[in-house]
Amino acid sequence: MMQQGRDRFLPVLSVLAVLVLAWYAASFFMNVPFQRDLDRRAGVTSTFTELVGKTWSQPKPTMPAPHQVVQNLWKNVFTVKPWSKRSLVYHAGITLSSTLLGFVMGTALGVIIAVGIVHVRALDRSFLPWIIASQTIPILAVAPMIIVVLAAVNVTGILPKALISTYLSFFPVAVGMVKGLRSPDVTHLDLMRTYHASPAQTFWKLRVPASVPFFFASIKVAVAASLVGAIVGELPTGAVAGIGSKLLAGSYYSQTIDIWAALIAGSVVAALLVWLVDIANRLVSARMGGRPA
Amino acid sequence: MKSTKTAARKPGRAAVSARPAAKASAPVVIAARDLSLVFETADGPVNALSKVNLDIGKGEFVSFIGPSGCGKTTFLRVIADLEQPTSGTIAVNGMTPEEARMKRAYGYVFQAAALYPWRTIEKNVALPLEIMGLPKAEREERVKRTLAMVNLTGFEKKYPWQLSGGMQQRASIARALSFDADLLLMDEPFGALDEIVRDHLNEQLLALWRQTGKTICFVTHSIPEAVYLSTRIVVMSPRPGRVTDIIESTLPAERPLEIRETPEFLAIAQRVREGLRAGHSYDE
Repeated sequence: MMQQGRDRFLPVLSVLAVLVLAWYAASFFMNVPFQRDLDRRAGVTSTFTELVGKTWSQPKPTMPAPHQVVQNLWKNVFTVKPWSKRSLVYHAGITLSSTLLGFVMGTALGVIIAVGIVHVRALDRSFLPWIIASQTIPILAVAPMIIVVLAAVNVTGILPKALISTYLSFFPVAVGMVKGLRSPDVTHLDLMRTYHASPAQTFWKLRVPASVPFFFASIKVAVAASLVGAIVGELPTGAVAGIGSKLLAGSYYSQTIDIWAALIAGSVVAALLVWLVDIANRLVSARMGGRPA
Repeated sequence: MKSTKTAARKPGRAAVSARPAAKASAPVVIAARDLSLVFETADGPVNALSKVNLDIGKGEFVSFIGPSGCGKTTFLRVIADLEQPTSGTIAVNGMTPEEARMKRAYGYVFQAAALYPWRTIEKNVALPLEIMGLPKAEREERVKRTLAMVNLTGFEKKYPWQLSGGMQQRASIARALSFDADLLLMDEPFGALDEIVRDHLNEQLLALWRQTGKTICFVTHSIPEAVYLSTRIVVMSPRPGRVTDIIESTLPAERPLEIRETPEFLAIAQRVREGLRAGHSYDE
Protein backbone atom coordinates (compact mmCIF):
# COMPACT_ATOMS: atom_id res chain seq x y z
CA MET A 1 0.00 0.00 0.00
CA MET A 2 2.81 2.37 1.02
CA GLN A 3 4.77 1.33 -2.01
CA GLN A 4 1.77 1.95 -4.25
CA GLY A 5 1.20 5.39 -2.72
CA ARG A 6 4.83 6.32 -3.19
CA ASP A 7 4.77 5.14 -6.81
CA ARG A 8 1.79 7.32 -7.42
CA PHE A 9 2.68 10.50 -5.60
CA LEU A 10 6.40 10.74 -6.17
CA PRO A 11 6.18 11.46 -9.92
CA VAL A 12 3.34 13.91 -9.40
CA LEU A 13 5.21 15.75 -6.66
CA SER A 14 8.42 15.90 -8.71
CA VAL A 15 6.57 17.47 -11.61
CA LEU A 16 4.93 19.92 -9.21
CA ALA A 17 8.32 20.88 -7.75
CA VAL A 18 9.74 21.50 -11.22
CA LEU A 19 6.72 23.62 -12.13
CA VAL A 20 6.98 25.74 -8.97
CA LEU A 21 10.68 26.32 -9.57
CA ALA A 22 10.03 27.30 -13.18
CA TRP A 23 7.27 29.59 -11.97
CA TYR A 24 9.58 31.38 -9.52
CA ALA A 25 12.20 31.76 -12.24
CA ALA A 26 9.63 33.10 -14.71
CA SER A 27 8.29 35.46 -12.08
CA PHE A 28 11.79 36.87 -11.51
CA PHE A 29 12.59 37.35 -15.18
CA MET A 30 9.23 38.87 -16.07
CA ASN A 31 9.12 41.28 -13.15
CA VAL A 32 12.76 42.31 -13.16
CA PRO A 33 12.63 44.99 -15.94
CA PHE A 34 9.90 46.91 -14.08
CA GLN A 35 11.72 46.46 -10.76
CA ARG A 36 14.99 47.84 -12.27
CA ASP A 37 12.98 50.80 -13.56
CA LEU A 38 11.52 51.41 -10.11
CA ASP A 39 14.93 51.17 -8.48
CA ARG A 40 16.44 53.59 -11.01
CA ARG A 41 13.70 56.16 -10.39
CA ALA A 42 14.07 55.85 -6.62
CA GLY A 43 17.84 56.00 -6.97
CA VAL A 44 18.52 52.76 -5.09
CA THR A 45 20.97 50.06 -5.99
CA SER A 46 19.85 46.59 -4.95
CA THR A 47 22.04 43.59 -4.50
CA PHE A 48 20.98 40.56 -6.51
CA THR A 49 19.30 38.95 -3.49
CA GLU A 50 17.37 42.16 -2.77
CA LEU A 51 16.32 42.36 -6.40
CA VAL A 52 15.03 38.80 -6.37
CA GLY A 53 13.10 39.46 -3.17
CA LYS A 54 11.53 42.59 -4.64
CA THR A 55 10.48 40.91 -7.89
CA TRP A 56 8.68 38.29 -5.84
CA SER A 57 6.75 40.80 -3.73
CA GLN A 58 5.45 43.46 -6.11
CA PRO A 59 1.84 44.51 -5.41
CA LYS A 60 0.83 44.31 -9.08
CA PRO A 61 3.41 42.04 -10.67
CA THR A 62 3.42 41.05 -14.33
CA MET A 63 3.77 37.50 -13.08
CA PRO A 64 3.02 36.95 -9.40
CA ALA A 65 5.20 34.52 -7.49
CA PRO A 66 3.57 31.30 -6.28
CA HIS A 67 3.60 32.30 -2.62
CA GLN A 68 1.78 35.58 -3.45
CA VAL A 69 -0.98 33.60 -5.14
CA VAL A 70 -1.11 31.14 -2.26
CA GLN A 71 -1.36 33.99 0.25
CA ASN A 72 -4.17 35.57 -1.78
CA LEU A 73 -5.97 32.24 -1.99
CA TRP A 74 -5.55 31.68 1.74
CA LYS A 75 -6.89 35.11 2.53
CA ASN A 76 -9.91 34.84 0.20
CA VAL A 77 -10.80 31.26 1.05
CA PHE A 78 -10.08 30.77 4.73
CA THR A 79 -10.07 34.18 6.39
CA VAL A 80 -13.40 35.43 5.08
CA LYS A 81 -16.85 33.94 5.52
CA PRO A 82 -17.70 31.63 2.58
CA TRP A 83 -20.87 33.62 1.78
CA SER A 84 -19.09 36.98 1.75
CA LYS A 85 -18.60 38.56 -1.67
CA ARG A 86 -14.86 38.68 -1.02
CA SER A 87 -14.69 34.93 -0.65
CA LEU A 88 -13.48 32.85 -3.58
CA VAL A 89 -15.63 30.03 -2.25
CA TYR A 90 -18.68 32.23 -2.82
CA HIS A 91 -17.62 33.04 -6.38
CA ALA A 92 -16.68 29.42 -7.11
CA GLY A 93 -20.10 28.40 -5.81
CA ILE A 94 -21.85 30.81 -8.19
CA THR A 95 -19.88 29.47 -11.14
CA LEU A 96 -20.36 25.89 -9.99
CA SER A 97 -24.14 26.22 -9.84
CA SER A 98 -24.44 27.38 -13.44
CA THR A 99 -21.79 24.81 -14.48
CA LEU A 100 -23.85 22.00 -12.98
CA LEU A 101 -27.13 23.22 -14.43
CA GLY A 102 -25.52 23.59 -17.86
CA PHE A 103 -23.82 20.23 -17.55
CA VAL A 104 -27.04 18.43 -16.68
CA MET A 105 -28.90 20.12 -19.55
CA GLY A 106 -26.02 19.53 -21.98
CA THR A 107 -25.73 15.86 -21.03
CA ALA A 108 -29.47 15.36 -21.41
CA LEU A 109 -29.46 17.13 -24.76
CA GLY A 110 -26.42 15.18 -25.96
CA VAL A 111 -27.98 11.85 -25.01
CA ILE A 112 -31.28 12.73 -26.69
CA ILE A 113 -29.49 13.78 -29.88
CA ALA A 114 -27.40 10.60 -29.85
CA VAL A 115 -30.46 8.37 -29.39
CA GLY A 116 -32.12 10.21 -32.28
CA ILE A 117 -29.10 9.85 -34.55
CA VAL A 118 -28.75 6.13 -33.80
CA HIS A 119 -32.44 5.34 -34.33
CA VAL A 120 -33.61 7.75 -37.02
CA ARG A 121 -31.87 7.44 -40.34
CA ALA A 122 -32.81 10.93 -41.48
CA LEU A 123 -31.29 12.46 -38.35
CA ASP A 124 -28.10 10.49 -38.90
CA ARG A 125 -27.70 12.10 -42.30
CA SER A 126 -28.87 15.60 -41.46
CA PHE A 127 -27.87 16.26 -37.89
CA LEU A 128 -24.23 15.36 -37.41
CA PRO A 129 -22.76 17.99 -39.79
CA TRP A 130 -24.75 20.71 -37.98
CA ILE A 131 -23.57 19.52 -34.61
CA ILE A 132 -19.98 19.63 -35.75
CA ALA A 133 -20.51 23.04 -37.35
CA SER A 134 -21.95 24.32 -34.07
CA GLN A 135 -18.62 23.69 -32.38
CA THR A 136 -16.58 25.56 -34.96
CA ILE A 137 -18.21 28.85 -33.92
CA PRO A 138 -16.02 30.45 -31.25
CA ILE A 139 -17.91 30.47 -27.97
CA LEU A 140 -16.53 33.91 -27.09
CA ALA A 141 -18.38 35.32 -30.10
CA VAL A 142 -21.65 33.56 -29.32
CA ALA A 143 -21.75 34.06 -25.57
CA PRO A 144 -22.48 37.83 -25.49
CA MET A 145 -25.24 37.40 -28.08
CA ILE A 146 -26.93 34.66 -26.09
CA ILE A 147 -26.76 36.79 -22.95
CA VAL A 148 -28.04 39.92 -24.71
CA VAL A 149 -30.83 38.18 -26.61
CA LEU A 150 -32.03 36.34 -23.52
CA ALA A 151 -31.84 39.51 -21.40
CA ALA A 152 -34.07 41.22 -24.01
CA VAL A 153 -36.74 38.58 -23.35
CA ASN A 154 -36.22 38.95 -19.59
CA VAL A 155 -34.25 35.76 -19.08
CA THR A 156 -31.41 36.65 -16.76
CA GLY A 157 -29.51 35.12 -13.88
CA ILE A 158 -28.22 31.57 -13.89
CA LEU A 159 -30.01 30.30 -17.01
CA PRO A 160 -28.18 32.25 -19.76
CA LYS A 161 -24.81 31.24 -18.32
CA ALA A 162 -25.98 27.65 -17.99
CA LEU A 163 -27.08 27.70 -21.63
CA ILE A 164 -23.54 28.53 -22.70
CA SER A 165 -22.34 25.56 -20.65
CA THR A 166 -25.01 23.46 -22.33
CA TYR A 167 -23.80 24.61 -25.72
CA LEU A 168 -20.26 23.46 -24.94
CA SER A 169 -21.10 20.24 -23.11
CA PHE A 170 -23.75 18.63 -25.30
CA PHE A 171 -21.24 18.08 -28.10
CA PRO A 172 -18.83 15.59 -26.49
CA VAL A 173 -21.81 13.72 -25.02
CA ALA A 174 -23.64 13.52 -28.35
CA VAL A 175 -20.58 12.32 -30.25
CA GLY A 176 -19.51 9.90 -27.52
CA MET A 177 -22.97 8.44 -27.08
CA VAL A 178 -23.50 7.92 -30.83
CA LYS A 179 -20.33 5.87 -30.75
CA GLY A 180 -21.35 4.14 -27.52
CA LEU A 181 -24.85 3.21 -28.65
CA ARG A 182 -23.35 1.79 -31.84
CA SER A 183 -20.61 -0.08 -30.00
CA PRO A 184 -22.28 -3.50 -29.49
CA ASP A 185 -20.68 -6.37 -31.43
CA VAL A 186 -22.50 -7.75 -34.45
CA THR A 187 -22.92 -11.05 -32.60
CA HIS A 188 -24.48 -9.30 -29.62
CA LEU A 189 -26.97 -7.65 -31.99
CA ASP A 190 -27.57 -10.90 -33.91
CA LEU A 191 -28.31 -12.59 -30.61
CA MET A 192 -31.07 -10.07 -29.89
CA ARG A 193 -32.45 -10.74 -33.35
CA THR A 194 -32.56 -14.50 -32.76
CA TYR A 195 -34.67 -13.81 -29.65
CA HIS A 196 -36.97 -11.59 -31.70
CA ALA A 197 -36.30 -8.76 -29.26
CA SER A 198 -38.13 -5.49 -29.82
CA PRO A 199 -36.09 -2.36 -30.65
CA ALA A 200 -36.84 -1.07 -27.14
CA GLN A 201 -35.51 -4.27 -25.58
CA THR A 202 -32.39 -4.14 -27.73
CA PHE A 203 -31.93 -0.53 -26.68
CA TRP A 204 -32.29 -1.03 -22.92
CA LYS A 205 -30.69 -4.44 -22.57
CA LEU A 206 -27.85 -4.04 -25.05
CA ARG A 207 -27.17 -0.57 -26.43
CA VAL A 208 -27.50 1.33 -23.16
CA PRO A 209 -25.27 -0.92 -21.03
CA ALA A 210 -22.73 -1.12 -23.87
CA SER A 211 -22.57 2.67 -24.05
CA VAL A 212 -21.83 3.24 -20.35
CA PRO A 213 -18.01 3.45 -20.67
CA PHE A 214 -18.45 5.90 -23.56
CA PHE A 215 -20.90 7.91 -21.47
CA PHE A 216 -18.43 8.43 -18.66
CA ALA A 217 -15.59 9.29 -21.02
CA SER A 218 -17.86 11.90 -22.64
CA ILE A 219 -19.18 13.50 -19.48
CA LYS A 220 -15.65 13.81 -18.12
CA VAL A 221 -14.92 16.11 -21.06
CA ALA A 222 -18.36 17.70 -20.86
CA VAL A 223 -18.10 18.68 -17.21
CA ALA A 224 -14.81 20.49 -17.83
CA ALA A 225 -16.29 22.18 -20.91
CA SER A 226 -19.30 23.24 -18.83
CA LEU A 227 -17.05 25.02 -16.38
CA VAL A 228 -15.30 26.85 -19.21
CA GLY A 229 -18.74 27.79 -20.56
CA ALA A 230 -19.90 29.15 -17.21
CA ILE A 231 -16.73 31.23 -16.79
CA VAL A 232 -16.97 32.53 -20.35
CA GLY A 233 -20.65 33.31 -19.71
CA GLU A 234 -19.68 35.47 -16.76
CA LEU A 235 -17.26 37.59 -18.77
CA PRO A 236 -19.55 39.54 -21.15
CA THR A 237 -22.46 39.86 -18.75
CA GLY A 238 -20.72 42.21 -16.41
CA ALA A 239 -21.64 39.59 -13.90
CA VAL A 240 -21.11 40.73 -10.35
CA ALA A 241 -20.23 37.31 -9.08
CA GLY A 242 -18.47 34.15 -10.22
CA ILE A 243 -14.96 33.13 -11.16
CA GLY A 244 -15.40 34.85 -14.52
CA SER A 245 -16.30 38.16 -12.90
CA LYS A 246 -13.26 37.86 -10.61
CA LEU A 247 -11.08 37.37 -13.67
CA LEU A 248 -12.65 40.37 -15.39
CA ALA A 249 -12.42 42.63 -12.32
CA GLY A 250 -8.83 41.56 -11.81
CA SER A 251 -7.90 42.56 -15.32
CA TYR A 252 -9.75 45.92 -15.05
CA TYR A 253 -7.75 46.89 -11.99
CA SER A 254 -4.52 45.08 -12.92
CA GLN A 255 -4.90 42.85 -9.89
CA THR A 256 -2.76 40.11 -11.37
CA ILE A 257 -2.57 38.21 -8.12
CA ASP A 258 -6.38 38.13 -7.95
CA ILE A 259 -6.53 36.83 -11.52
CA TRP A 260 -4.14 34.02 -10.75
CA ALA A 261 -5.94 33.15 -7.56
CA ALA A 262 -9.25 33.03 -9.44
CA LEU A 263 -7.65 30.88 -12.12
CA ILE A 264 -6.43 28.42 -9.55
CA ALA A 265 -9.81 28.39 -7.85
CA GLY A 266 -11.33 27.56 -11.25
CA SER A 267 -8.83 24.75 -11.79
CA VAL A 268 -9.57 23.31 -8.37
CA VAL A 269 -13.28 23.30 -9.18
CA ALA A 270 -12.56 21.61 -12.53
CA ALA A 271 -10.35 18.98 -10.89
CA LEU A 272 -13.04 18.37 -8.29
CA LEU A 273 -15.73 17.88 -10.94
CA VAL A 274 -13.62 15.50 -13.03
CA TRP A 275 -12.73 13.59 -9.87
CA LEU A 276 -16.41 13.22 -8.95
CA VAL A 277 -17.20 11.91 -12.44
CA ASP A 278 -14.35 9.46 -12.06
CA ILE A 279 -15.71 8.19 -8.75
CA ALA A 280 -19.18 7.78 -10.27
CA ASN A 281 -17.57 5.89 -13.16
CA ARG A 282 -15.79 3.51 -10.79
CA LEU A 283 -18.92 2.85 -8.77
CA VAL A 284 -21.01 2.13 -11.85
CA SER A 285 -18.43 -0.03 -13.57
CA ALA A 286 -17.94 -2.07 -10.39
CA ARG A 287 -21.69 -2.66 -10.32
CA MET A 288 -21.57 -3.75 -13.97
CA GLY A 289 -19.00 -6.43 -13.34
CA GLY A 290 -16.04 -4.41 -14.51
CA ARG A 291 -12.73 -6.15 -14.17
CA PRO A 292 -10.78 -4.32 -11.47
CA ALA A 293 -7.99 -2.37 -13.17
CA MET B 1 -27.76 -39.17 -51.41
CA LYS B 2 -30.60 -38.28 -49.15
CA SER B 3 -30.96 -34.80 -50.55
CA THR B 4 -31.68 -35.96 -54.10
CA LYS B 5 -34.28 -38.40 -52.89
CA THR B 6 -36.40 -35.63 -51.43
CA ALA B 7 -35.51 -32.90 -53.88
CA ALA B 8 -38.42 -33.62 -56.21
CA ARG B 9 -41.02 -33.13 -53.51
CA LYS B 10 -42.76 -29.81 -53.31
CA PRO B 11 -41.75 -27.95 -50.17
CA GLY B 12 -44.25 -26.36 -47.84
CA ARG B 13 -46.48 -26.97 -44.92
CA ALA B 14 -48.71 -29.67 -46.45
CA ALA B 15 -45.83 -31.76 -47.70
CA VAL B 16 -44.06 -31.58 -44.36
CA SER B 17 -47.00 -32.36 -42.14
CA ALA B 18 -48.07 -35.22 -44.44
CA ARG B 19 -44.88 -37.08 -43.64
CA PRO B 20 -45.24 -39.98 -41.26
CA ALA B 21 -43.51 -39.56 -37.93
CA ALA B 22 -41.73 -42.88 -38.17
CA LYS B 23 -38.12 -43.09 -37.14
CA ALA B 24 -36.78 -43.61 -40.64
CA SER B 25 -38.42 -40.40 -41.76
CA ALA B 26 -38.95 -38.30 -38.67
CA PRO B 27 -40.83 -34.98 -39.09
CA VAL B 28 -38.81 -32.59 -41.19
CA VAL B 29 -37.52 -29.63 -39.22
CA ILE B 30 -35.57 -27.97 -42.00
CA ALA B 31 -36.31 -28.29 -45.71
CA ALA B 32 -34.14 -26.40 -48.21
CA ARG B 33 -34.96 -26.45 -51.93
CA ASP B 34 -32.58 -25.00 -54.53
CA LEU B 35 -31.44 -22.54 -51.91
CA SER B 36 -29.03 -19.94 -53.27
CA LEU B 37 -27.52 -16.86 -51.75
CA VAL B 38 -25.36 -14.34 -53.57
CA PHE B 39 -23.53 -11.62 -51.66
CA GLU B 40 -22.95 -8.46 -53.65
CA THR B 41 -19.48 -7.27 -52.69
CA ALA B 42 -17.18 -4.56 -53.98
CA ASP B 43 -15.25 -7.27 -55.87
CA GLY B 44 -18.40 -8.55 -57.57
CA PRO B 45 -20.97 -11.17 -56.59
CA VAL B 46 -19.96 -14.04 -54.30
CA ASN B 47 -21.94 -17.27 -54.50
CA ALA B 48 -22.15 -18.16 -50.83
CA LEU B 49 -24.77 -20.86 -51.43
CA SER B 50 -25.64 -22.48 -54.72
CA LYS B 51 -28.73 -24.67 -55.15
CA VAL B 52 -28.62 -26.38 -51.80
CA ASN B 53 -31.17 -29.16 -51.26
CA LEU B 54 -31.36 -30.62 -47.80
CA ASP B 55 -33.87 -32.08 -45.37
CA ILE B 56 -33.13 -32.32 -41.69
CA GLY B 57 -35.39 -34.52 -39.57
CA LYS B 58 -36.40 -34.03 -35.99
CA GLY B 59 -33.82 -35.23 -33.48
CA GLU B 60 -30.96 -35.42 -35.97
CA PHE B 61 -27.48 -34.17 -35.22
CA VAL B 62 -26.24 -32.78 -38.53
CA SER B 63 -22.75 -31.39 -38.98
CA PHE B 64 -21.74 -29.06 -41.75
CA ILE B 65 -18.10 -29.32 -42.69
CA GLY B 66 -15.98 -27.61 -45.30
CA PRO B 67 -13.29 -24.99 -45.73
CA SER B 68 -13.81 -21.26 -45.25
CA GLY B 69 -16.20 -19.77 -47.78
CA CYS B 70 -18.13 -22.99 -48.40
CA GLY B 71 -21.33 -21.43 -47.07
CA LYS B 72 -21.78 -23.60 -43.98
CA THR B 73 -22.16 -20.63 -41.65
CA THR B 74 -24.28 -18.82 -44.22
CA PHE B 75 -26.64 -21.80 -44.39
CA LEU B 76 -27.02 -21.73 -40.62
CA ARG B 77 -27.65 -17.99 -40.71
CA VAL B 78 -30.33 -18.45 -43.38
CA ILE B 79 -32.10 -20.99 -41.14
CA ALA B 80 -31.89 -18.42 -38.34
CA ASP B 81 -33.23 -15.62 -40.56
CA LEU B 82 -30.00 -13.69 -40.07
CA GLU B 83 -29.43 -13.78 -43.86
CA GLN B 84 -31.98 -13.70 -46.68
CA PRO B 85 -31.66 -16.22 -49.52
CA THR B 86 -31.47 -14.85 -53.06
CA SER B 87 -33.51 -17.68 -54.55
CA GLY B 88 -34.99 -21.04 -53.64
CA THR B 89 -37.02 -21.85 -50.56
CA ILE B 90 -36.36 -22.91 -47.03
CA ALA B 91 -38.82 -24.00 -44.40
CA VAL B 92 -38.14 -24.24 -40.67
CA ASN B 93 -40.79 -26.27 -38.83
CA GLY B 94 -42.90 -25.77 -41.96
CA MET B 95 -42.69 -21.98 -41.63
CA THR B 96 -40.52 -19.33 -43.19
CA PRO B 97 -37.33 -18.66 -41.22
CA GLU B 98 -38.77 -15.29 -40.19
CA GLU B 99 -41.93 -16.85 -38.76
CA ALA B 100 -39.82 -19.47 -37.03
CA ARG B 101 -37.58 -16.79 -35.54
CA MET B 102 -40.56 -14.85 -34.28
CA LYS B 103 -41.82 -18.02 -32.61
CA ARG B 104 -38.36 -18.47 -31.05
CA ALA B 105 -38.03 -21.84 -32.71
CA TYR B 106 -34.27 -22.14 -32.31
CA GLY B 107 -31.37 -21.36 -30.01
CA TYR B 108 -28.22 -20.04 -31.67
CA VAL B 109 -24.69 -20.55 -30.39
CA PHE B 110 -22.04 -18.37 -31.98
CA GLN B 111 -18.35 -19.11 -32.38
CA ALA B 112 -17.59 -16.50 -29.74
CA ALA B 113 -19.52 -17.02 -26.52
CA ALA B 114 -20.96 -13.50 -27.00
CA LEU B 115 -21.93 -13.19 -23.34
CA TYR B 116 -22.85 -9.70 -22.24
CA PRO B 117 -19.92 -8.63 -20.07
CA TRP B 118 -22.05 -6.52 -17.72
CA ARG B 119 -24.28 -9.46 -16.82
CA THR B 120 -23.44 -12.30 -14.47
CA ILE B 121 -23.63 -15.84 -15.84
CA GLU B 122 -27.15 -16.36 -14.48
CA LYS B 123 -28.28 -13.01 -15.88
CA ASN B 124 -26.81 -13.91 -19.26
CA VAL B 125 -28.69 -17.19 -19.30
CA ALA B 126 -31.82 -15.34 -18.20
CA LEU B 127 -31.52 -12.77 -21.03
CA PRO B 128 -33.70 -14.58 -23.61
CA LEU B 129 -36.20 -15.42 -20.86
CA GLU B 130 -36.44 -11.74 -19.88
CA ILE B 131 -37.00 -10.80 -23.50
CA MET B 132 -39.67 -13.46 -23.88
CA GLY B 133 -41.38 -12.06 -20.79
CA LEU B 134 -41.25 -15.10 -18.50
CA PRO B 135 -42.13 -14.49 -14.85
CA LYS B 136 -39.21 -14.16 -12.44
CA ALA B 137 -39.80 -17.45 -10.61
CA GLU B 138 -39.83 -19.44 -13.83
CA ARG B 139 -36.74 -17.61 -15.10
CA GLU B 140 -34.85 -18.57 -11.96
CA GLU B 141 -35.99 -22.17 -12.18
CA ARG B 142 -34.94 -22.47 -15.84
CA VAL B 143 -31.59 -20.78 -15.30
CA LYS B 144 -30.86 -23.18 -12.48
CA ARG B 145 -31.86 -26.17 -14.59
CA THR B 146 -29.93 -25.22 -17.74
CA LEU B 147 -26.80 -24.22 -15.83
CA ALA B 148 -26.90 -27.66 -14.21
CA MET B 149 -27.17 -29.23 -17.68
CA VAL B 150 -23.88 -27.65 -18.75
CA ASN B 151 -22.21 -28.25 -15.35
CA LEU B 152 -21.97 -24.61 -14.39
CA THR B 153 -23.81 -24.81 -11.08
CA GLY B 154 -21.99 -22.61 -8.58
CA PHE B 155 -20.91 -20.03 -11.16
CA GLU B 156 -24.22 -18.15 -11.26
CA LYS B 157 -22.86 -14.93 -9.76
CA LYS B 158 -19.61 -14.82 -11.74
CA TYR B 159 -19.02 -12.39 -14.54
CA PRO B 160 -17.93 -13.77 -17.95
CA TRP B 161 -14.32 -12.57 -17.60
CA GLN B 162 -13.97 -14.65 -14.46
CA LEU B 163 -14.58 -17.85 -16.46
CA SER B 164 -12.34 -19.80 -18.85
CA GLY B 165 -13.14 -19.84 -22.58
CA GLY B 166 -14.65 -23.33 -22.34
CA MET B 167 -16.87 -22.34 -19.43
CA GLN B 168 -17.97 -19.20 -21.25
CA GLN B 169 -18.99 -21.29 -24.24
CA ARG B 170 -20.88 -23.67 -21.95
CA ALA B 171 -22.72 -20.66 -20.51
CA SER B 172 -23.63 -19.55 -24.01
CA ILE B 173 -24.98 -23.05 -24.73
CA ALA B 174 -27.02 -22.84 -21.53
CA ARG B 175 -28.38 -19.52 -22.74
CA ALA B 176 -29.44 -21.11 -26.05
CA LEU B 177 -31.06 -24.02 -24.18
CA SER B 178 -32.81 -21.95 -21.52
CA PHE B 179 -35.98 -21.22 -23.49
CA ASP B 180 -36.37 -24.81 -24.64
CA ALA B 181 -36.34 -24.40 -28.41
CA ASP B 182 -36.37 -27.78 -30.17
CA LEU B 183 -33.71 -26.69 -32.65
CA LEU B 184 -30.15 -25.80 -31.74
CA LEU B 185 -27.99 -24.02 -34.31
CA MET B 186 -24.30 -24.07 -33.44
CA ASP B 187 -21.76 -22.15 -35.48
CA GLU B 188 -18.29 -23.53 -34.69
CA PRO B 189 -18.99 -23.25 -31.00
CA PHE B 190 -15.76 -24.98 -29.98
CA GLY B 191 -13.55 -23.63 -32.78
CA ALA B 192 -11.62 -21.26 -30.54
CA LEU B 193 -10.98 -23.77 -27.74
CA ASP B 194 -8.01 -26.05 -27.21
CA GLU B 195 -8.34 -29.72 -28.07
CA ILE B 196 -8.62 -31.07 -24.54
CA VAL B 197 -11.44 -28.71 -23.66
CA ARG B 198 -13.03 -29.40 -27.02
CA ASP B 199 -13.04 -33.20 -26.46
CA HIS B 200 -14.66 -32.68 -23.12
CA LEU B 201 -17.33 -30.35 -24.48
CA ASN B 202 -18.01 -32.70 -27.40
CA GLU B 203 -18.75 -35.51 -24.94
CA GLN B 204 -20.99 -33.22 -22.91
CA LEU B 205 -22.81 -32.00 -25.99
CA LEU B 206 -23.55 -35.55 -27.13
CA ALA B 207 -24.89 -36.41 -23.70
CA LEU B 208 -27.02 -33.28 -23.78
CA TRP B 209 -28.37 -34.14 -27.22
CA ARG B 210 -29.30 -37.66 -26.16
CA GLN B 211 -30.91 -36.34 -23.00
CA THR B 212 -33.00 -33.61 -24.68
CA GLY B 213 -33.70 -35.10 -28.12
CA LYS B 214 -33.16 -31.72 -29.77
CA THR B 215 -32.36 -31.27 -33.42
CA ILE B 216 -28.85 -29.89 -33.74
CA CYS B 217 -27.18 -28.23 -36.73
CA PHE B 218 -23.50 -27.95 -36.04
CA VAL B 219 -20.94 -26.11 -38.15
CA THR B 220 -17.32 -27.18 -37.81
CA HIS B 221 -14.12 -27.51 -39.75
CA SER B 222 -12.80 -30.38 -37.74
CA ILE B 223 -13.32 -33.79 -39.35
CA PRO B 224 -13.00 -35.81 -36.10
CA GLU B 225 -15.46 -33.49 -34.38
CA ALA B 226 -18.00 -33.85 -37.18
CA VAL B 227 -17.71 -37.64 -37.30
CA TYR B 228 -17.78 -38.04 -33.53
CA LEU B 229 -20.89 -35.94 -33.00
CA SER B 230 -23.13 -36.41 -36.00
CA THR B 231 -25.84 -38.68 -37.20
CA ARG B 232 -25.29 -37.08 -40.61
CA ILE B 233 -22.41 -35.12 -42.05
CA VAL B 234 -22.95 -32.57 -44.81
CA VAL B 235 -19.75 -31.95 -46.74
CA MET B 236 -19.58 -28.59 -48.45
CA SER B 237 -17.14 -26.90 -50.81
CA PRO B 238 -16.52 -23.29 -51.78
CA ARG B 239 -16.85 -21.10 -54.91
CA PRO B 240 -19.74 -21.57 -55.31
CA GLY B 241 -20.78 -22.77 -51.83
CA ARG B 242 -22.50 -26.11 -52.35
CA VAL B 243 -23.17 -29.53 -50.85
CA THR B 244 -20.81 -32.16 -52.30
CA ASP B 245 -21.67 -35.16 -50.13
CA ILE B 246 -24.01 -36.21 -47.35
CA ILE B 247 -22.76 -39.03 -45.16
CA GLU B 248 -24.95 -41.11 -42.85
CA SER B 249 -23.07 -42.08 -39.74
CA THR B 250 -23.09 -45.78 -38.90
CA LEU B 251 -21.73 -45.20 -35.42
CA PRO B 252 -23.92 -46.23 -32.47
CA ALA B 253 -25.73 -43.62 -30.41
CA GLU B 254 -23.52 -44.36 -27.41
CA ARG B 255 -20.11 -42.92 -28.29
CA PRO B 256 -17.22 -42.94 -25.86
CA LEU B 257 -14.25 -40.79 -26.93
CA GLU B 258 -12.30 -44.01 -27.70
CA ILE B 259 -14.68 -44.69 -30.60
CA ARG B 260 -12.47 -42.33 -32.56
CA GLU B 261 -9.81 -45.09 -32.79
CA THR B 262 -12.17 -47.69 -34.31
CA PRO B 263 -11.95 -48.66 -38.02
CA GLU B 264 -15.59 -47.70 -38.47
CA PHE B 265 -14.92 -44.15 -37.27
CA LEU B 266 -11.80 -43.84 -39.43
CA ALA B 267 -13.71 -45.09 -42.49
CA ILE B 268 -16.30 -42.32 -42.08
CA ALA B 269 -13.56 -39.75 -41.52
CA GLN B 270 -11.89 -41.01 -44.70
CA ARG B 271 -15.12 -40.56 -46.63
CA VAL B 272 -15.49 -37.01 -45.35
CA ARG B 273 -11.94 -36.29 -46.44
CA GLU B 274 -12.67 -37.69 -49.90
CA GLY B 275 -15.77 -35.55 -50.12
CA LEU B 276 -13.71 -32.50 -49.29
CA ARG B 277 -11.09 -33.46 -51.86
CA ALA B 278 -13.77 -34.01 -54.53
CA GLY B 279 -14.94 -30.45 -53.86
CA HIS B 280 -11.39 -29.20 -54.44
CA SER B 281 -11.29 -28.11 -50.84
CA TYR B 282 -7.64 -29.09 -50.57
CA ASP B 283 -6.54 -27.07 -53.60
CA GLU B 284 -4.49 -23.90 -53.21
